[in-house]
Amino acid sequence: MSDISPAFRFAVNVTPKPGILDPQGKAVERSLPHLGISGVTGVRVGRRVELTVSAADEAAARVVVDHLAGELLSNPLMEQYRVESLGEAQAPAAAGVGG
Amino acid sequence: MTVRVGIVLFPGSNRDIDAVNGLTVAGAEPVILWHEDADLAGVAGILLPGGFAYGDYLRAGVIARFSPVMRAVADFAGRGGPVLGICNGFQVLAEAHLVPGALLRNRGLRFVCKQVSLLPEHLDTPFTRELDSRRPLRMPVAHGEGCYYADEDTLDALERDGGVLWRYANPDGTVAGPDDPGNPNGSLRGIAGVRNAVGNVAGLMPHPETATEAILGSDDGLGIIRSLVVSAAEWAQTGRISGTRETATAGGAA
Repeated sequence: MSDISPAFRFAVNVTPKPGILDPQGKAVERSLPHLGISGVTGVRVGRRVELTVSAADEAAARVVVDHLAGELLSNPLMEQYRVESLGEAQAPAAAGVGG
Repeated sequence: MTVRVGIVLFPGSNRDIDAVNGLTVAGAEPVILWHEDADLAGVAGILLPGGFAYGDYLRAGVIARFSPVMRAVADFAGRGGPVLGICNGFQVLAEAHLVPGALLRNRGLRFVCKQVSLLPEHLDTPFTRELDSRRPLRMPVAHGEGCYYADEDTLDALERDGGVLWRYANPDGTVAGPDDPGNPNGSLRGIAGVRNAVGNVAGLMPHPETATEAILGSDDGLGIIRSLVVSAAEWAQTGRISGTRETATAGGAA
């Protein structure tokens, strides 16, 4: 066994489901005219979580991310999530730096 | 013998002492249950108090869901024991899928701290049985994420099955819709509190435990806390609670 196991970095983007009231998005949208900006609609505010997973390969890492994204990072009743691969990470211990 | 009702203490709970007082006034012996402890100390009922469990990080209630004590609470609920979540406790129950729906950020984006009027929907449930009428109850709310949400089908099913226990009321006594003055947070259909399918787990955003003595401004909440205590005593004696139903999906499915 190698000492260095592969690690993969992901971003999980969590946003309110379509049709769910998003008062934060509304507030942002309403503030835009004060900036002199018009013509911007459909503002939705969500959350982005980045993380590194040690696993045999990227497919196995993605299974872990999907599980935690659905169970913890998002509430399926009101939110949806999209997993984005950020590629192979240097090493798990260093992955947090500068992330 | 005095019935023992547990109060779950998470890091960030802050209404636990109000719960101790409310339960004491209602005639129960309050027992503090630590979040890292999966032992419920033989209590016959459970109250999840208000506060900001685990700092409300990520989403209100979600981190608390994965604490050891909540596994024990879910098991207790699955055995038919009465569980009442108040405010943050309601958010924890919703995140744990022990009651249906979710609590979104208040429609007005503000933390709301004020007295509200609450209409009990049914008087024959484990959490309303000690109320003497359906008159509006005065008690406080104090929350930033209390906007009750569920999809239309779930809302219809809840109403059909008697799952809505309390709604916010306008000053004239009518149900307060999402944009009405009596609705503090935009909750759909004015819903302030619901129960699970079996009927032994319920949550509400307002604070009945702090409205249990006239000197506190209102004792309208005492009937709800007393209902929990009476249901706990009944469950301890008989292993079931009147007003609940035995369903194939007992416990988990809300």
